[in-house]
Amino acid sequence: MNDLRDKREDCPGRSVGSIFWKEFVKGLVISNPVFILTLGLCPILAVTTSIDNALGMGAGVIFVLLCSNIIISTLRNATPSLVRIPVFIVVIATFVTILSLIFEAYIPALHQSLGIYLSLIVVNCIILGRAEVFASKNPVLYSIADALGIGLGYTIALFIISFLRETLGTGGLNVFGFQLFSLPVLSEHPLTFFISSPGAFLVIGLLMALFRWIGVVKCE
Amino acid sequence: MAVINNMVLSKFLGLCPFFGVSKKLSNAISMGVAVTLVMLLASVSSSVIYNYILVPYNVEYMQIVIYILVIAALVQIVELIIKRTNLNLYNALGIYLPLITTNCAVLGITLINSAENYSILESTVSALGAGMGFTLVLVIMSGIREKLDLADTPESMRGLPIAFITAALLALAFLGFNGMM
Repeated sequence: MNDLRDKREDCPGRSVGSIFWKEFVKGLVISNPVFILTLGLCPILAVTTSIDNALGMGAGVIFVLLCSNIIISTLRNATPSLVRIPVFIVVIATFVTILSLIFEAYIPALHQSLGIYLSLIVVNCIILGRAEVFASKNPVLYSIADALGIGLGYTIALFIISFLRETLGTGGLNVFGFQLFSLPVLSEHPLTFFISSPGAFLVIGLLMALFRWIGVVKCE
Repeated sequence: MAVINNMVLSKFLGLCPFFGVSKKLSNAISMGVAVTLVMLLASVSSSVIYNYILVPYNVEYMQIVIYILVIAALVQIVELIIKRTNLNLYNALGIYLPLITTNCAVLGITLINSAENYSILESTVSALGAGMGFTLVLVIMSGIREKLDLADTPESMRGLPIAFITAALLALAFLGFNGMM
């Protein structure tokens, strides 16, 4: 029995004991929402000009994903399948409104710089996608794990992209006001190309190719 | 709005259909027209709702919930009308029509309109510009990708990664329009 299970999950985390952990890891690595599933791309490109924005956005997505997954999975037996999509959208929109009000009240600077992309979490394919594919069919506990895994995977992707763009584009790294480091030559002559919109497309295109290349190498 | 602040290349809105539908030129054109139509209707109705219902009653924070419902309803109506009047067009658009609901460009333009406090006429014009810009870029992109299919790209670059790099070059070209203002 144990042997069989180990064989079945030979590619994902091997030492995985509970299903909770398995769902969590799945979202984090194997089906990373950005690089592998290519979901939720619009905000990815827009908010990754600085680490602050990227982390704020990631936190927002985790919050909305977690809350909406919990609610949708709790209501999964009471929701008629004919109207499930409108129900999901209203649930998600409610939490996005709550999030936007919280950000406006406590971290107005971040709310200002994220702008409409914060509200656009409503139409982020990841959240509706997880509601439809996972939360509407699985118990609450697993849905929480799924939300945390996918949300963290999304945040990590945001972090990697914004790290590259901010380091190359400004020649240093500022996290919430603290200067972490600044590179000697780059900080005087920053490659502002990476902060501009073409740079965003280029960085994410190259990263996607890299992830795919790693995937190909690992499978062989 | 159409070329300078292009929806796709400088605001990054509507990327899912941008990369999903841009494989064939004919699909790209019909998708662009459908999105422009929905954008226009959604902007007009949402700006009416914003100016005459949300602002007088001080419930602007409800805008996300209201707008998404308005857009979903509009897409359904447009779908029904096209189905009744022009079956060929309906078949050509296929699955892309219902997917417009989750197109962030549509919700984005309505939110931009209310954030900028545009009047009804101004929102109509900005939606028209944004929709036309979206269609333009979609058509250019699909033309490039049709040719790109024939090119010999490295294996791990094939498909989406190379599409992104193409988009980067396209965005660079559109950045040049900034000087027009």
